[in-house]
Amino acid sequence: MSAPATGRRVRRARRPRGAWLGWLFALPAVVMYATFVLRPLLLTVQYSLYDWNGIGASTWVGLDNYRRLFTDSELFASILHAFELILFFSLIPVLLGLFVAATIRGIAQSRLATVARTVLFLPQVIPLVAAGIMWSWLLSTTGLANELLSAVGLDSVTRAWLGDFDTALAAVGIIGAWVLVGLCTLLLLAGMSKIDPALYEAARLDGAGPVREFFSITLPSLRQEIGVCVTVTVIAALASFDIVYIATQGGPGNSTMVPGLEIYYLAFSEREVGMASALAVALVFLVLAVVLPLQRLTRDAR
Amino acid sequence: MAHGPLSRPLRAALALSAVLTVTAACSAPGGSSDTTDAGASAAPVTSATCGTDPVTLSGYFETGFPLPKDLSAEFSKQFPNVKFDIREDQFAVITQNAPRVLADDPPDLMRLPQVSELVKDSLLKNLDGYAQAFGWDKWPASQLQQMRVSPTGERGDGPLYAMGLNFSMTGIFYNKKLAAQIGMTKPPETLAEFDAVLQKAKDAGITPINQFNGGATGGLAFPLQNLMAAYGEPGAINDWIFQKPGATIDTPTNLQATQHLEKWIKAGYFAPDINSQDYAAMMSRFIGGKNLFIFDGDWESGNLDKQMAGNAGFFLMPSAQAGGKQAAMSAPLTYGISSKAKNADCAAFFLNWVATNEKARDIAVKVGGSHPMGPADAYMPAVQQGTVTASTLEAGATIGEDNGAMDFIANATGAIYAKGWTPQLQKLVAGQQTPDGLLKSVQKDYESQVKK
Repeated sequence: MSAPATGRRVRRARRPRGAWLGWLFALPAVVMYATFVLRPLLLTVQYSLYDWNGIGASTWVGLDNYRRLFTDSELFASILHAFELILFFSLIPVLLGLFVAATIRGIAQSRLATVARTVLFLPQVIPLVAAGIMWSWLLSTTGLANELLSAVGLDSVTRAWLGDFDTALAAVGIIGAWVLVGLCTLLLLAGMSKIDPALYEAARLDGAGPVREFFSITLPSLRQEIGVCVTVTVIAALASFDIVYIATQGGPGNSTMVPGLEIYYLAFSEREVGMASALAVALVFLVLAVVLPLQRLTRDAR
Repeated sequence: MAHGPLSRPLRAALALSAVLTVTAACSAPGGSSDTTDAGASAAPVTSATCGTDPVTLSGYFETGFPLPKDLSAEFSKQFPNVKFDIREDQFAVITQNAPRVLADDPPDLMRLPQVSELVKDSLLKNLDGYAQAFGWDKWPASQLQQMRVSPTGERGDGPLYAMGLNFSMTGIFYNKKLAAQIGMTKPPETLAEFDAVLQKAKDAGITPINQFNGGATGGLAFPLQNLMAAYGEPGAINDWIFQKPGATIDTPTNLQATQHLEKWIKAGYFAPDINSQDYAAMMSRFIGGKNLFIFDGDWESGNLDKQMAGNAGFFLMPSAQAGGKQAAMSAPLTYGISSKAKNADCAAFFLNWVATNEKARDIAVKVGGSHPMGPADAYMPAVQQGTVTASTLEAGATIGEDNGAMDFIANATGAIYAKGWTPQLQKLVAGQQTPDGLLKSVQKDYESQVKK
């Protein structure tokens, strides 16, 4: 018998045992995942079909909770708010991140680049709760934002940014943008570092300026990283909770109510565990419906 | 590879729905609703003491208010066999956790939010037996009224399910120095006089009122309910809060009150940023002398006597007509015993001690700032004249005479404050809601919540 044939047979004999062993190694993780992710997920789906206050007896209501999602204007408005937040949580951080990353790359040799990177990434390290509190001070009537505006003579614009119906959602969005810009910058910088420098050299020889370089080389090469950035930030926008909870708690007058917060209020304040679960399930599908096409978009391009 | 992302979720969804059908078919969530304690009349408990053996009472108290801790420390001094194991949370957290904590980790003594829903779920001990044994039923009935719940969930009548450590009084606190500046030498006696004072302050460049109304806190409910009682009868408001059948908040006098509040907002009597003001911000501004009035309760009396010694005053909301009856939100600081508590007798003994022991009543007034519970002729600690504490205790007597005690409109159901009053009042401030629309919207929320 020839040696390759023997090798094949050995491999074939080993495969089942190897697979079994593999599961054994994965077992602790599988158990944790099943207990803390799959089981709650399934229970949530189950609860969503009941009218239940979390303690007493429950009544089967079928899909009634889901029907209410589309008829209750307050619940529906919260979903619209989440989509508005995408503007601040995704669009601004990705665009700004691209610009900043390109700038930092341009000054890669100087020490300033390291400092800028650290400063921009800092919001990711600070707990969101602390960031929320800090920003609610900055945006209060006597906060830094208003003092700066007054200093340049814009007294008429000053207001309680988080307490104003017209600006509260945008103000919350700005906090989110501030948090996520660092993450996007860092991801995009990492992506830029693996672009072949020869491409830039060739472009320069062909007489391309920095703008042309950016649009013809940097941007196309970063397609995948941008995909990751957009995915992560869109999920952060749709499933936002902590920043809103700390900064406005959904107020004033529900103008910053988002699905994450609404789920929390339904479950713990109104004690409608069924309705809260239905909204949670709907949110999961909403996130999937938005994120899966995004994933395909970046994947197909390769 | 291109098919991967599509088919995998599909397969997962199929598997998910398969498992779902199995679990759903298995069992409905939640326990059965029949519990032994529910609705049963309680016989008098004759031997409710803490005994002589070592006992550890588990307590779940509210953070930021030293009263329950000071009382438990004094109790342990008098009854050395009793120790306390205390856990603390903010009131909002207690409100959200109450049902689960009472069901899973039953404390002997717990600070309670609105009780009717907890009673419906049979989570609280019926205290009627203790009430008879200790003679609580001979106290002024109004003290315990708010903590009585009928089997159908209406409050105001039926078995007793909670007890107060003291009962609070709300009204208007004012800065004496600023009041003197605008020539307010005595508290206004009619609503019209009050309006005039507000206008004078505004004209003098002083912020008339700071009131917390930001985030999830609709503090304008304080002045609103005061105005409701100035225009109408406190009894009708209580009926609504107690979930009496057919009660509505959308009445002609309440509409007048809400319109009056809107007038104050439009006249600029409130600070312009109240929609972003939280409770702490309101207190620090008032103590810092930034404004003339706040609507608040006597739980701050002790604090104000310390931080604004001699400079803070208190008066009850004036009635619409001269010489009219006065009313105020006045509620016991409710503590209850879990229906599954291990040391219920000792906890009840503690609650009775709080209301009847002289040392405990001293603490209730000096630390809590409010009137102690108990018989009308019980010992009252001496309070220094001219202090805020003295004037809030005096106000309590006026409210007693006028029979003007009301529970708080925010306590009508567990969620009416967060989901009804707060967003609606914030909208009123921003000019996005009309007084009529506000009352109709809150009434709609109320009806859907009471039905449950």
